[in-house]
Amino acid sequence: MANHLFLPFIVPIFGAALAVLLGQRRPLARAAVLASVLFNVGYGGWLLWLVISGGRLVAQASGWPAPFGISLVADALGATMLLVAALLMLGTLLYGRASTGPIYDSPFYEPLLLLLLLGVSGAFLTGDLFNLYVWFEVLLMASFGLITLGGTRAQLVGGLKYVVLNLFGSTAFLIGCGLIYGLAGTLNMAHLGERMAALRQPGLSTAIAGLFLFAFGSKAAIAPLFFWLPDSYHTPPPAVTAIFSGLMTKVGVYALYRVFGIVLPGELALIAPLILALAGVTMVVGVIGAMAQMNIRRILSFHIVSQIGYSIMGLGLASAAGLAAGLLFTTHVMIVKAALFFLGGAVEQVAGTGDLKKLGGMARREPALATFWFLGILSLAGIPPMSGFFGKLALLQAGVAQGQLLITGVAAGVSLLTFFSMLKIWNEVFWKKSYEDMSKLPRVPLGLLLPGALLVLLSLAIGVGAGPISALSAQAGAQALDLSGYAQAVCGAGGCEAAVSDLMK
Amino acid sequence: MVLILAITIGCLFAGAIYLMLRRSVVKLILGLLLLSHGVNLLIFTMGDGVRRGAPPIVDDAGLPPANVADPLVQALILTAIVISFGIMAFVLALAYRANQAVGSDDLDDMIE
Repeated sequence: MANHLFLPFIVPIFGAALAVLLGQRRPLARAAVLASVLFNVGYGGWLLWLVISGGRLVAQASGWPAPFGISLVADALGATMLLVAALLMLGTLLYGRASTGPIYDSPFYEPLLLLLLLGVSGAFLTGDLFNLYVWFEVLLMASFGLITLGGTRAQLVGGLKYVVLNLFGSTAFLIGCGLIYGLAGTLNMAHLGERMAALRQPGLSTAIAGLFLFAFGSKAAIAPLFFWLPDSYHTPPPAVTAIFSGLMTKVGVYALYRVFGIVLPGELALIAPLILALAGVTMVVGVIGAMAQMNIRRILSFHIVSQIGYSIMGLGLASAAGLAAGLLFTTHVMIVKAALFFLGGAVEQVAGTGDLKKLGGMARREPALATFWFLGILSLAGIPPMSGFFGKLALLQAGVAQGQLLITGVAAGVSLLTFFSMLKIWNEVFWKKSYEDMSKLPRVPLGLLLPGALLVLLSLAIGVGAGPISALSAQAGAQALDLSGYAQAVCGAGGCEAAVSDLMK
Repeated sequence: MVLILAITIGCLFAGAIYLMLRRSVVKLILGLLLLSHGVNLLIFTMGDGVRRGAPPIVDDAGLPPANVADPLVQALILTAIVISFGIMAFVLALAYRANQAVGSDDLDDMIE
C-alpha cells in the first residue's frame, strides 16, 4: 500500500479551494497556488525515483481489496507524465504572473489551472477505467473554464466547438466503459486485461477497441478528428494555449497507451496497421495545414496535430520498443511545444499581434528570445543535440527494426517539413527587417522569457542525458505492455482472477 | 425487455445525431442531452449479466440471493448523470453567452 499516491490529488484540490476563498487577498492566494504546484513537482520527481528503483506502486481507495475498489497505480509511464505535467504547470504559472491581461488577473484563473493539474494527475495515476472517465471530465471542466475565461467573441465561438467535440468524445468513452463492463463484468484495468484476454469475443472486443480509439483519438487530435484543435487553441491567452498544448492532447495519448497496452493488448495487435496509417495521415495533414497559416500560434497549433502523429506511431508499432520511443517523444514534445508557445506568446505580448506579416526584426531587438526560439525549433525538428533528435531517432529505429518502412519514411520526411515550417516563423518574425519601427515596442520582460528558456534548456538536458533517459523510457515501455506484472502489482501475486475467487470463498 | 431497451437506445442515439448535425446551437445542445440519456440507458442494460453471469453478490451461505440487481451499473449511471448535469449547465451558459456575442443561433455564423 502506497497511500501517498492520493497526495497529488489532495494538495491541488485544497490549494484551489484555498485560492478561491482567499481571492481578495491576492498574495496569499497566489502563494497557496504556487505551493501546491511546487508540491506536485517535488512529489512527481520523488515518485518517479521510487518507481524506477522499486517497481510499480499501488494504493486502494478506502481499503477495498482489488479488483473491487478503485486502484491507483503508479508505473514509470504514469509517473513520468505526472512529473512533466507538474513542471509545465509551474512554467505556466510563472509565465501567467509575468504577463499582463484581464484573464491573468481573474481570481479564478489560477484555481482553474490547479483543477486542470488535478484532473491530469488523476488520469495518470488511476487504475480503473470508469475512474479514468471521471478524471477526464474533471480536467475537461477545468479546461472549459480556462478556454472561455475572458469571454471575447473568438473565445466563446472557439470554446463552443471545443466543448461540444470534447463532450462527444467523452460520451464515446462512456459508451465504451459501459460495453466493456457488460462484456467483462469489471472496470479495474488489470482485471479487465485478464478477462478480455480470456474471453475471446473477437467481434465485440474489436468494436470496443474502435470506440476507445475514437474517444481518445478525438481528445488526442489524430486525423481525421483534429479539426477542433486549430480552431480553438489560439483563442485563449498564450499561457493557457501553452498548457493546453502540453497537457490536453497528451492525456489522450496516455489513455491510448494505457488502454491498448493493458486492457486490450490483443486488439492492439489487430488494429496496429490502422493506427499506423492514422499516424502517418496525422503527421502529414498537420504539417501541411501549418504551411497555409500566417499566425504564430495557429502554425504551432497545427504542429501539435502533426507531432501527435509521432506519438501515435509509437503505439501503432505495438511493441515495447515502440511504446518506449513514443513515450520519449511525447515527453520531449510536451516540453518543447510548451516552450515554443511561451516564447511565441512573449513576442505576441510585446508586439501586440501574432501575425507573421506585421512582425519582424525580433532577432536584433531581442537576441536572447531569438536564441532560445532557434534552439526550440531545432529541437522540434529533431536536430542533435536537442531532445527531439533522440525522440525521433528512437521512433525511426523501432520502425526500421520492425520493418515498417513506409511510416518510418513518412516520419522522416515530415521532420523536414516541420523544420521548414518553423523556419518560416524564424524568417518572418526574427530575421527579416521590420516594416515598422521596432524600437518603440516594450522590451520582453525577464518573467516572460524565463519559463520558455528553462524548458528549452530542459530539452537540451534531455538530449545531453539521452542515455539514462532512454533507459528509463525503455523500462516504461516494457511496463506499459506487461499485463501480468501490472495485475500482480494491483491484485497480488496470483493476479486479479485468483484474488476474486479467494474473496468469493 | 432487452429488445425494447435496445430499440429505445437506438432511437435516442439516432435522434441525438440528427439534432447534432443541424445548424442550430440549441438543437446541438438538445442532441447532446439525448445522447447522454441514451448512454445512461445503455449502461443500464449492461447490468443484466446476459454475457457474464450474475453480479458477484453472495449471502452468508455463499449462494447468490434472489432478486438482486447489479448495483454497480446504477452507481455508474448516477455518476454519469451528475457529470452530464453539471456539464449541461455550463454548455447552456456558454451557448447563451455565445449567442449574445454573435447575435445568432446559427453555427454557420459562428466564425471569427
